[in-house]
Amino acid sequence: MVKVAGTFGRSGVHDYILLRASALILLAYTLYLVGFVASSDITYATWSGFFSLTMTKVFSLFALIAMLVHAWIGLWQVLTDYVKCTKLRGALQFLLTSVAFIYVLSGFVILWGV
Amino acid sequence: MNVNFSIYRYNPDVDNKPYMQDASLDVPEGSDMMVLDALILLKEKDATLSFRRSCREGVCGSDGVNINGKNGLACITPLSDVLSKGKIVIRPLPGLPVIRDLVIDMAQFYTQYEKIKPYLITDASKPPAGEFKQSPEERKHLDGLYECILCACCSTSCPSFWWNPEKFIGPAGLLAAYRFLIDSRDSATEERLSNLDDAFSVFRCHGIMNCVSVCPKGLNPTKAIGKIKSMLLQRAI
Ligand code: SF4
Ligand code: SF4
Ligand code: FES
Repeated sequence: MVKVAGTFGRSGVHDYILLRASALILLAYTLYLVGFVASSDITYATWSGFFSLTMTKVFSLFALIAMLVHAWIGLWQVLTDYVKCTKLRGALQFLLTSVAFIYVLSGFVILWGV
Repeated sequence: MNVNFSIYRYNPDVDNKPYMQDASLDVPEGSDMMVLDALILLKEKDATLSFRRSCREGVCGSDGVNINGKNGLACITPLSDVLSKGKIVIRPLPGLPVIRDLVIDMAQFYTQYEKIKPYLITDASKPPAGEFKQSPEERKHLDGLYECILCACCSTSCPSFWWNPEKFIGPAGLLAAYRFLIDSRDSATEERLSNLDDAFSVFRCHGIMNCVSVCPKGLNPTKAIGKIKSMLLQRAI
């Protein structure tokens, strides 16, 4: 059995489920946003009103965390396919996953302020 | 009719690097032959041309080659099928090391096959002294799985196998894995699944289906892999 520490899940199935579940969450969130954009004119007032809803805040954070999980697993899969040099792959994995983490943290801070 | 070929040549003892060599063959108008027959005729002209073949009827799986960019068995691919592009380009199966010309080193392919334990495993109580019977329904599950001749056309057309040939089992090995997972006489289902439950062995298959499009036996490894995935999922949820 191959041991892998670079990815998020604990096993192949775990990764597989997390990848699909996070994709579903991201899809639902996209539809939620598209629904809002389609159903109201975008002004500063409607936009900040929309983002001050607890529902939107929670959903946004949830989607950001799903993005982190999705990116972590997905990037690990792509990098282990195409980047054969272990040092370079480790560095890229660190960098890109850090960026995803920073997105999540920025999301927290931004939503906190609305 | 003059048929033109471009053939991958590489003899590590004398060549610095591989090259493509043009060759041509006179094929009587209105007649046809298999690509393997053509290779044999070309070898009569140039005895240094190397390739594997044995049964010359699509049974042994020795002569998998890449013809005009698509993997297949030379012995059951008619020249007329691949003639349309003017020149017939023949290369070794992609992704594995070349030993010489069209002969590749299949060690990685066999190692993956070995990993899935391609034999029946039964607990001591099970194998009866006489025949080991299956109902016709149980036997039916093996159709579309047991026919594999291990020609490696599928695995060497699979990008996931190209990138991780030492970790991803590949379509041929996984087809065989499912053949034993679904066999009513086998009692090692749990252990077999546990051995496949990592991030590479099965889950590197992303359903690209190159394997299905090249299998000379018309088998469907992607479907078998899907079945393995759902067995793993059912066990996990
Ligand atoms: S599944 Fe088909 S292509 Fe793959 S090794 Fe078996 S016979 Fe060859
Ligand atoms: S379906 Fe899976 S095994 Fe078949 S070629 Fe695609 S990735 Fe490879
Ligand atoms: S020579 Fe045996 S399969 Fe082609």
